[in-house]
This record gives sequence, structure tokens and C-alpha cells, in this order.
Amino acid sequence: MLTTNRSKNLYQEVILDHNKSPRNYREIENFTHFAKGHNPLCGDKLDVYLLVDDAQTVQDVSFVGDGCAISKASASIMTTIVKGKSIEEAKALFTGFHDMATGKAEPSDDPKLRRLQVFAGVRDLPARVKCATLAWHTLDAALKDKDEVSTE
Amino acid sequence: MNESLVNTKATPGRILQIRRDFPVLERQIHDKPLVYLDNAASTQMPRQVIETVSAYHTYHHSNVHRGVHQLSQEATDLYEGAREKVRAFIGASSVKEIIFTSGTTDAINLVANSWGNRNIGRDDIILISNMEHHANIVPWYMLAKRTGAKIEVIPVLDDGSLDMDQFAALVRKPNVKVVCVNHVSNALGSVNPVEQICQICRERDICTVIDGAQAIGHFQIDVNQLGADFYAFSGHKMHGPTGIGILYGREELLQEMDPYKGGGDMILSVSFDHISWNELPYKFEAGTPAIAQAVGLGAAVDYLNGLDRTYLAKYEDELLAYATKRLGEVPGMRLIGTAPQKVSLNSFVIKGVHPHDIGSILDGEGVAVRTGQHCAEPVMDRFCIPATTRASMSIYNTFEEIDMLTEALLKVTELFDVND
Repeated sequence: MLTTNRSKNLYQEVILDHNKSPRNYREIENFTHFAKGHNPLCGDKLDVYLLVDDAQTVQDVSFVGDGCAISKASASIMTTIVKGKSIEEAKALFTGFHDMATGKAEPSDDPKLRRLQVFAGVRDLPARVKCATLAWHTLDAALKDKDEVSTE
Repeated sequence: MNESLVNTKATPGRILQIRRDFPVLERQIHDKPLVYLDNAASTQMPRQVIETVSAYHTYHHSNVHRGVHQLSQEATDLYEGAREKVRAFIGASSVKEIIFTSGTTDAINLVANSWGNRNIGRDDIILISNMEHHANIVPWYMLAKRTGAKIEVIPVLDDGSLDMDQFAALVRKPNVKVVCVNHVSNALGSVNPVEQICQICRERDICTVIDGAQAIGHFQIDVNQLGADFYAFSGHKMHGPTGIGILYGREELLQEMDPYKGGGDMILSVSFDHISWNELPYKFEAGTPAIAQAVGLGAAVDYLNGLDRTYLAKYEDELLAYATKRLGEVPGMRLIGTAPQKVSLNSFVIKGVHPHDIGSILDGEGVAVRTGQHCAEPVMDRFCIPATTRASMSIYNTFEEIDMLTEALLKVTELFDVND
């Protein structure tokens, strides 16, 4: 039984894999930054933890929470990409991802976003853009020392 | 393919004939035939309603109640004609009891503000069921905040029925002033024993506010038989336009109440020292109303009156039974709300798949369902789930569409590798 190209495009193997086995799905005990993210539309909630060293480098990043496959995979991939980056680089990634997910920029514009291109499918589904960007908004809030962020 | 997938039950010709009245059902979505199963959110409009609204705009549009010219008289006649149609449709005694609002939410806000401000005080109890839509919670919460009244909750049983034993106990508490219950739950499909509730409340002189939004499109309502003090519903849940709804209120109560909103047409005379209110129902209809929408609602009443609603209610029951059976074949499926009395609506969760993912994949298959909390967060909490997928059926849905829903759901479970 084949699903449509549309569903396949939205739910690529890598998204399904991260949904099933999310990376860095844990709390960081000695975190330096933390924020709660909430998408009231679907009730998705996730917490993002960061450990940032004195050189402003993200030493560790993790998340915990429930959500749809898109939001969970986005959070999981985000943690793998942001680890080891400077705060400035992480913020730039957020902006780049946000612009790609909302259609402001083409997925191919920035080579640093190559691994995030699997989420380009949400651009045709406004209702799902928030799912893809929730973890990134939460990361951005944590880096700006905001405790909570809502996608509404 | 699963053997059962070929077990298609044929839809009767009477329903196929009804389908021809609804132009949108001919649409293709993502190159697939539209399977519209989001009727609890909004029902589709038949050609007869669309054409009536169009004819109103084309030939009769004007403002109502004020003009001395021909168009204004025509618009007024159509608007007031729609009111009379609604009155007869729900069995109200007088058009004075039929107030046009912008929808169910507006109607309940009217009661909570106008009746509530006059009758609810500190330490009074507002009883609300656990399965209410936010529209029948938030206005009461706001009233409670204003007045110091308490909100108490009528529990829901595991099958999604209202806990009538608990209701009987709660309603005996002194100071219970109002009971707010939906006739049908939008999240569970449960049909509540509203007639019994209203009778118990009447014996104790407790006001009843019934949210009928989810009932009106499924079966015939008779407000006198139900005995409700207030009954609210929306046009777009009964094949009429959006932006129009009805508050039915018992005349005696409406007469005592002060207006909810101020403006033109709801007054008899105005000076800066004194204002005298217009008579019912105009006292509650400030400003230019949604005239075309009211006329469209009247056309929806005509349309439903032209159908055999007893047959359709029975057909929807069969459709529900079929959908319940077919959904049972989907791995990881759990129905939320299995009350013995239900309208044709199935709310469900699938193990390991978030409803939003289900909704997106179904959309790709042309199947429109609702996913989320359905503006009924407390009942989601009651069942310890963040959200559900809801397939809600109407008079034009078919057995074949239930098969298409089931096949689409099997694709979801295949993609997400769900096993029982």
C-alpha cells in the first residue's frame, strides 16, 4: 500500500527515524539555559536544555516532551546540529531554519541547513510550520533567557 | 490488501441524491475525491442555501427594520421570516424567544452576561459538565471571576457518558443556580440526557443552559419538550452559513434580562438621561444584524424540513456503527467516547502516532478530519490524552467514504509502523 508523494515528502525516512528514536532525549542536570515551548494548536509541549561554556559554545543540548512526528524529529535533529556550535551560530541556524520553513528562503540557499532540508515539505502546510519550528523557537527563547515560548 | 477492505457496504440512493445538493462534495483534494468528515466543526451548505444567500445579495439587500423603502421591507420580511422558520423548527412558542446571535459562543456569552450578571452572586454554584466545549466554560469562568461564584464539574464516565449519579448529587447542593451542559459532546459524540437534566433542574428552580451546537444538525429538537431555559446553536452546524446562531430563551426569563450589547435597534427611545429597551427579541440584537446569514439559516431550515430527518437519523446511526466497526480494524486504535447514545462521530487515538500527523496524512488522501483538542481541553485531560483525531459524519457521508477513511488510516499505521 503506497502513501501519496505528498505524505512521503512530509514524512521522509529521516523524520520517521528521529520520531521513533529521538536523539538527546533527556534532561541535562547542570544546564545553563532552559526554556519551555508550547504549541497551543495541538497541545505539543517540549523543554529544551543547554549547557553553554565560558567560551559561549554549546557543549550539550537536549530536549524532553511530547509532540507530533514533525516537532519531535525537528527537536531531535536540532540537538544534533546545535551541539558544538557557538551561541551566535545557533541563533543564525534558528533564523535560517525559520526562513526556510516559512518559505522566506529556499532550502538550498544555505549549505549549513543541508540536514534540515527534510523539513522543507512543511512550507506547503502552514498548519505544520509551527510543529517544525517549535523546538527552534524554544532554543531561541532559552538562549535569550526567556523561560517560556508559545507558537501562538 | 486486508480482506475486510473489500467489505464495502453500499450507500442508499436517497443519500446519493442528497449528495448532489452539495457542490463541494464534487471537489478533488490533492487529486483524490474529497471525503469530508469534519462536520462537527462545520457542515457543508447545499446549493439551496447558497442560492438563497446569493439571491438575497443580488436582489433584496438592504438594512432591516428602519427603511421605508421597498428593499428594506423585503430584507426585513426575509430576516423576520427566517426567525419564524427557526421558531417552528425548534418548537418554540413565540418568535420573541428566538434571538439571532453570531453563533453558539455569542449566545452563551449573552446568557452568562445578561442572565448571569443579574442572577449569580458570591457563593452561588455554576455546574458545568466535564465534556463542555470552551464556549460553555469560558463565559461562566469569567462570570465566576466577576461575581465570586464557584464552578463545580459534573464528571464524565469512562465510556464518555455523563455521570448522572454524580449530577444528581451535585444538583442537590444548595446555591446551585445554573447547569451548563451540551446536548451532544463535540469531542466524544455522547448525547446527554438533556430532558432529564432539565426536569431535575426545573424541580429545583435551577436555570439550564444547553449548548445544542452539535445536536441541531443530527436530529430534530423541540425546546418545549426538552424544557431547557436556554438553548444555543449555530447556523453552520446545520448546513447554514457561518456568523449566525440562535439563542432560544424562555420568554419569562428573557423579559427580566437586561440587554447584553448596546446600540441601534435594541432601544425604543434614547436620551442622555434615559433609555428604554426595545421589546423582545430586538432588545438583544444591537446594531445591523447578519441579515444574509439569517436568511441563509432560514433556507437551511427549509432544506432540512424537506428531508426525512427520522430516516436520516437512523442512517447516521448505521453509518456510525459501520465506522466504529471499520476503525476497529486499524492497528493501535482506541476510540475516545463510546457512550451508548452517540451521534455519528468517532474521536480516536492511534498508539504512537500524534493526531496532527494522522490529520496531515489523511489530508493527502483527500480525507478531511479534525485533529487536536477540539476546544474541549478539560475532557482531553479527563481521558489523559493531549488530542484526538475526530471523524464526524453528516447526512451526506457514505459507507464508501468510511472505507476510504479506513484505508487512509491503514496507510498512516503502515508509515508509522504501528502494530497492535
